[in-house]
Amino acid sequence: MSADDDMREALETFVTEARDLVQGLEDGLLELEGNPAADETVNTLFRAAHTLKGSAGLFGLDHLVSFTHVVETILGALREGTLPVSPGLVSALLPCADHISAMVLGLAEGRLESTDREADDGARLIATLAPYLSDGAAPVTAGPRATEEAATTTRMWRLALRFGRDCLRNGMDPLSFLRYLATIGTVTDVVTSAEGMPDLDEMDPETCYLAFEVQLLTAAPKAEIEGVFEFVRDESDIRIVPADDQVDLYVKAIRAMPESDRLGDVLLSSGVVTELELVEALRIQEQRKKLGGAEAVPLGTILVEQGIVPRPIVDAALNRQRKTAEIRSQDTQTIRIDAARLDKLIDLVGELVIAQSSTGVGTAASGGHQSSEAQGEVMRLVDEVRHSALSLRMVPIGTTLRRFERVVRDVGMELGKDVVLVITGGDAEMDKALVERISDPLLHLVRNSLDHGVEPAEERTRHGKASRGTLRINAYHDAGNIVIEVGDDGRGLDRERILAKATDRGLVAPGATLTDAEIFDLIFEPGFSTAEAVSNLSGRGVGMDVVRRNVTALRGSIEVETTRGAGTTIRIRLPLTLAIIDGFLVGVGQSSFIVPLDRVTECVELPQGPLNRDCMNLRGEVLPFIRLRSLFGIPGEPAQRQNVVIVEQSGLRTGLVVDALLGELQTVIKPLGVLFSKVDCISGSTILGDGGIALILDVGPLVTGHSEREYARQLRRPAPVGG
Amino acid sequence: MTTAAARRVSVEGELTISTAAEHKQKLLSTLHGDGDVLLDLSGVAELDTAGLQVLLLVVRESAVRGIAVRLRDPSPAVAEVLAIAQLRDLEA
Repeated sequence: MSADDDMREALETFVTEARDLVQGLEDGLLELEGNPAADETVNTLFRAAHTLKGSAGLFGLDHLVSFTHVVETILGALREGTLPVSPGLVSALLPCADHISAMVLGLAEGRLESTDREADDGARLIATLAPYLSDGAAPVTAGPRATEEAATTTRMWRLALRFGRDCLRNGMDPLSFLRYLATIGTVTDVVTSAEGMPDLDEMDPETCYLAFEVQLLTAAPKAEIEGVFEFVRDESDIRIVPADDQVDLYVKAIRAMPESDRLGDVLLSSGVVTELELVEALRIQEQRKKLGGAEAVPLGTILVEQGIVPRPIVDAALNRQRKTAEIRSQDTQTIRIDAARLDKLIDLVGELVIAQSSTGVGTAASGGHQSSEAQGEVMRLVDEVRHSALSLRMVPIGTTLRRFERVVRDVGMELGKDVVLVITGGDAEMDKALVERISDPLLHLVRNSLDHGVEPAEERTRHGKASRGTLRINAYHDAGNIVIEVGDDGRGLDRERILAKATDRGLVAPGATLTDAEIFDLIFEPGFSTAEAVSNLSGRGVGMDVVRRNVTALRGSIEVETTRGAGTTIRIRLPLTLAIIDGFLVGVGQSSFIVPLDRVTECVELPQGPLNRDCMNLRGEVLPFIRLRSLFGIPGEPAQRQNVVIVEQSGLRTGLVVDALLGELQTVIKPLGVLFSKVDCISGSTILGDGGIALILDVGPLVTGHSEREYARQLRRPAPVGG
Repeated sequence: MTTAAARRVSVEGELTISTAAEHKQKLLSTLHGDGDVLLDLSGVAELDTAGLQVLLLVVRESAVRGIAVRLRDPSPAVAEVLAIAQLRDLEA
């Protein structure tokens, strides 16, 4: 049934929103722990829980409603000030946020009821909250809200609800909104109007034509009433205005308020408009300014026109507005987009880039003067389109980083270490897909630092450090890359112990001379772990190697910087996006390859010399090189003059011998199929302007793989050959 | 006004978005006959906005044709909806 599909879609939207709300709960709780006096945080928390409960109610998700209701009751008490914020309470509430999150996850998997285990968990959690619930009020059903808000004045609202034509098809039943309204107040009057219903033949039974006018008596603030319609707001026309006989009350209240710079603020604090309505009105104002070009229409006029606020109230508010110019912050509006659509767009832009660079080649060949000018303009525009398309995928990394606050708190408690997390650069943006894929490696680094890096408090004091450890996560942009640093002020890496262990594990030949950097790099080797006691968290020897593998898979690099006794910083460097790279096109025989441009340091001609030699003299230094022709077994004779593309990987330079250098190219990476997943020196392919295919070289594995092959070859050889 | 006796028409099962189209056809076809119609809603298990719209459409259409349609014996599901939408007078 299509109605089921629609329902599922609506549910998906709910799940997405719910996840944000749960995240908001968690963030807020952690913030509260740090700053128990933060009233605004308590408000935000309460609203998150309330919205969650309300929306869950619309979907009839009773398990979610009943559990969230208890959490909401506690948060309500916090908000009213009848319950103080205590670390114990925060500790009791955090697992509740987890539980809600688990239930939401269950929804995403299609479970509309809680499993037995979840139900048990829920009951257990509610039991832990019981001491905080005043007068044993632990209502398990989602009834009308208790008297907690009786203190605020009850007001009469007139709601004009014109639901979107498609709301029924989207699984939203207007009647359920009416039912829900009855739970936040008293519905005194409903007028159901079918005037919008067309003639018999045109009437489509699946389209919603009904409009309702509701009189609601409630103590809930306007934003809360508005929140009821959150999921249908976009397509519906929802007006919430004070009932006619209430206008005087608002006018009186506004007159009693202090002066303010902005009309919006006055109206907002009187409760007659909500933030959303204000934002919408400001948007209309902006739009008109653009269209008309003339003077801006006053905000008050728009609010009256839109039927949001009655004229007398606006007039009263205008009197309270100081005679200063109306300055307003830029309204940030966001829109949710299906990630798949975005990918499609970026893919198309990528194709455009390819097609455009191929016409570039064509014109350059034919040498048309006029067209080349136009061509240049097109090229600039395409470049801009590419940039803005890519920026659509960019999200600030802060959201992901803030999740670690919880980890640091929990792990710190578990280990008995007092550690504070300092996040800087949370507004640095990166590709959403990358954010998701880097989150696990980062998590591991954070745990690792807490476990191995930061010392227990006694040890710290003994060394004259502050007993409280600090973990820093810093993110910043650097030359087309994003750099994320995870640093602690702990004991630092023990050079000798790492070396001893590595020798012990056979990772390093005994007596080998290694630089510090090489030694510290060993911690990323598979099977390497220095933890004396295998703990619950890390120290199982799986981890750092996985971290490095994950980072390399994202075309990034990882390095470690450490000072004995002062701390360790692990630095991850990632490209900003996975979709497009700047590449350097080279030719070997009939084949084309792309070397990521950021790896290329220079290109030189291959000096004449013995054919079997695999190194050359580069300004007095030995430069080893790899012949791509023999590596990939490409048939044919090498060109007369071959070139060497010098690439740098982890500070080491290696040459790649190719026939022809074909120039820079913006490259859209097309992943290779699963069939090629084992090919580790190729990271993808791309389509060239002439329709040919070029393979994108993965420089890291290519170089390390080659050294390993070479090493194995040397071992097999009976006697070393000089030269 | 016609003089023929009122006819009783029963609606059974779900009266929701999934069946609204079907019920629309069926109920409108009953308006072709003579005389007032009493819609027996005792067998309606579920009623949503789509269903309610169909009922309102039938009532409106009947007025155009000069006959009266009355809702009778609403099931609990119907009664609840009529109560929240405050459309009790359709029953009269």
